[in-house]
Amino acid sequence: MKSWKLAIAGVAISLVMSSASYAAKTDLVLGIVLEPPHLDPTAGAAAAIDEIVYANIFEGLTRIGAKGNVLPALAESWAQSEDGKLYTFKLRKDVKFHDGTSFDAGDVKFSLDRARGDKSTNAQKGLFSAIDTVDVVDPLTVKVALKQPSGDFLYNMGWGDAVIVAPESAGTNKDKPVGTGPFEFDSWAKGSQIVIAKNAGYWGKPALLDKATFRVIPDPAAATAALLAGDVQAFPVFPSYETIPQFQADPRFKVVIGTTEGETVLGMNNKKPPFDNQKVRQAIAHAIDRKSLIDGAMFGFGTPIGSFFPPHHPAYIDLTAETAYDPEFAKKLLAEAGHPDGFKTTLKLPPPTYARRGGEIIAAELREIGIEAEIIPVEWAQWLDQVFKNKDYDMTIVSHTEPNDLNIFSRDDYYFNYDSPAFKDLIKQIDATSDGVERTGLYQQAQKLLTKDVPAAFLFQLPKTGIWDAKIEGLWENGPIQANDLTAVKWLD
Amino acid sequence: MNIGKALANRSFCVGLIVTSLIALVALLSFVWAPYPVGAFDIAGKLKPPSAAHWLGTDHFGRDILSMIMVGSRNSIAVASVSVAIGAGIGVPLGLWGAATGGFVDEVLMRLNDLVFAFPALLSAVMITTVFGPGAINAIIAIGIFNIPVFARVARAAALSLWSREFVIAAGAIGKSPALITRDHILPNLASLLIVQATIQFSLGILAEAGLSYVGLGSQPPMPSWGRMLFEAQTMIGLAPHMALFPGLAIVITVLGLNLLGDGLHDVLDPRFQ
Repeated sequence: MKSWKLAIAGVAISLVMSSASYAAKTDLVLGIVLEPPHLDPTAGAAAAIDEIVYANIFEGLTRIGAKGNVLPALAESWAQSEDGKLYTFKLRKDVKFHDGTSFDAGDVKFSLDRARGDKSTNAQKGLFSAIDTVDVVDPLTVKVALKQPSGDFLYNMGWGDAVIVAPESAGTNKDKPVGTGPFEFDSWAKGSQIVIAKNAGYWGKPALLDKATFRVIPDPAAATAALLAGDVQAFPVFPSYETIPQFQADPRFKVVIGTTEGETVLGMNNKKPPFDNQKVRQAIAHAIDRKSLIDGAMFGFGTPIGSFFPPHHPAYIDLTAETAYDPEFAKKLLAEAGHPDGFKTTLKLPPPTYARRGGEIIAAELREIGIEAEIIPVEWAQWLDQVFKNKDYDMTIVSHTEPNDLNIFSRDDYYFNYDSPAFKDLIKQIDATSDGVERTGLYQQAQKLLTKDVPAAFLFQLPKTGIWDAKIEGLWENGPIQANDLTAVKWLD
Repeated sequence: MNIGKALANRSFCVGLIVTSLIALVALLSFVWAPYPVGAFDIAGKLKPPSAAHWLGTDHFGRDILSMIMVGSRNSIAVASVSVAIGAGIGVPLGLWGAATGGFVDEVLMRLNDLVFAFPALLSAVMITTVFGPGAINAIIAIGIFNIPVFARVARAAALSLWSREFVIAAGAIGKSPALITRDHILPNLASLLIVQATIQFSLGILAEAGLSYVGLGSQPPMPSWGRMLFEAQTMIGLAPHMALFPGLAIVITVLGLNLLGDGLHDVLDPRFQ
């Protein structure tokens, strides 16, 4: 008898041991290039915030899915009135914030009113500009009245800047974010990493990971080393393009080249001579060889663009031929503009590889047509202050990674200093149009106008260069919005 | 200087040959380099060494040999001007301190200590961050930290000379300290200062490469050895030659200068004669 028991115990133990060692991993370390300044998506423009909290910690009424489509989130369903000006949102039941307080219509009203209020520090107040009033009907129903019909309203409510926060925790979200998402904030070691953990009380389908760590690795060489060594198991936006082929050849890794909303542009100060002359801007656009730029700076990863619109969008038209590489024509345009011998100018470059390397190539190409552009490398803080805020620059290179951001060229006081009544009018029409076909037509008119005016030289669409362990599943292939949605991520085997 | 003795000193000879070769290459680059360094050829990027490109091409398809040749100008210019700044200000300060002694000497040396207290490269990083990256600011930053080095060497050697008989004799016949310094102290220091200058020169080349490596030295399109190394860093698996050759250029130059300095020390030092 005794030996029987022993044998059974032995088998049981070995079964437990083996199942433990074969159970799939439930923690994940992701590499990110930039550390967020804080973790409140309703109070900062930094993409790095959304890359951690969006869909993981915070949720909005709607959310943007992996294909860029609008999905229900905290709003279970909605109805739109006949005239398109009134939305009625039906909210989910039994939703709790991470601090235990419950979610109801009051939180929605609070969040939307806070975001569009006078004291709002929201970086994308434009998302809420269509809203007239927000009314609580009952704890699970909210009515949002718009000033005019808006084709983008449901999409806008899915942005990270429009997530729902609780009045109890809204003030402290920067350091200790409290949302309703499938993950809750765990810890933040400044300069090193941010950890989020599974929210056991989540209302929806629970997360498959128990823990996710976002490790900050700004240096491309260190990013390569960390991935190879297994210190990080996923790099959703890998910064070192030249080492991608090495990972493509390695069966331990999966390399996924997807699309992003990042239009990379050579921004020009449209109010500062000689860039106030359209011919000068056109000359610069014609002097740039996008192919060698993408090959040289991005090692071939990137899609050339001729206007400010993502190539994967249904309304995209390829306008690259309009400003094709033609240095002779560029010289002719410069001469017509009164600069036959070119001129001296500056080119301020923020830290990312696409800007620093791309800047060297563009400066060399501009030299060919007589423009001497002095390269000035700047850090992000300096770039935001000098270029973005104070418009103290001649030319700069940057990627605009927000989705649906064609309207930046219609904003007064935006850093391009571009002021076109015709374009502003087009954007107004787009905003007020819900009809798909009509919208597409307007989008295409807007693209053509930008290509003709060249408020910035349009270079290429930034790729989403994702590299992760071949045994990981569920990470987004494309980047329709700035996010690393981990809700469906799991380890195979 | 004893020519025969100098030629018998192996490190002096090797150092002199290497250093002169590099100086020649830098001079040559003014009139000729295999390819213009401003010319990008993206299609021909990352090519290994070949007959057309002896040291291969970089990530923009530029010829690495040409980059190294033109880059040597940058290294030599930054190092020599910063040594000139250091010696030009540091030596007079050191001599002044030694000649007057007392309070002036004390103040000068404590100021020296203050500059010395910061690691040179760290302070150079600080200066170039505040005033903006660029070759000129790199020169100033490295130059400033050469000052106390020369001031100390000059002062220490001058102090021991001030107690020598010929100096005391010169003082006894009524020569002013300034004249004594010019006629008796400085000539006897010259060899020491030359040796120090050689060593500081090689340190200057290293410092310039270090600053350029972190992006604070001379800016593109001017080629710089340090920046070439930085750019090669992420491509080491693809094109190791991109890192190898600028690295070798730095090593050979610094080694040559150190050997020369060592040799000069042996050849010029009166104690070994």
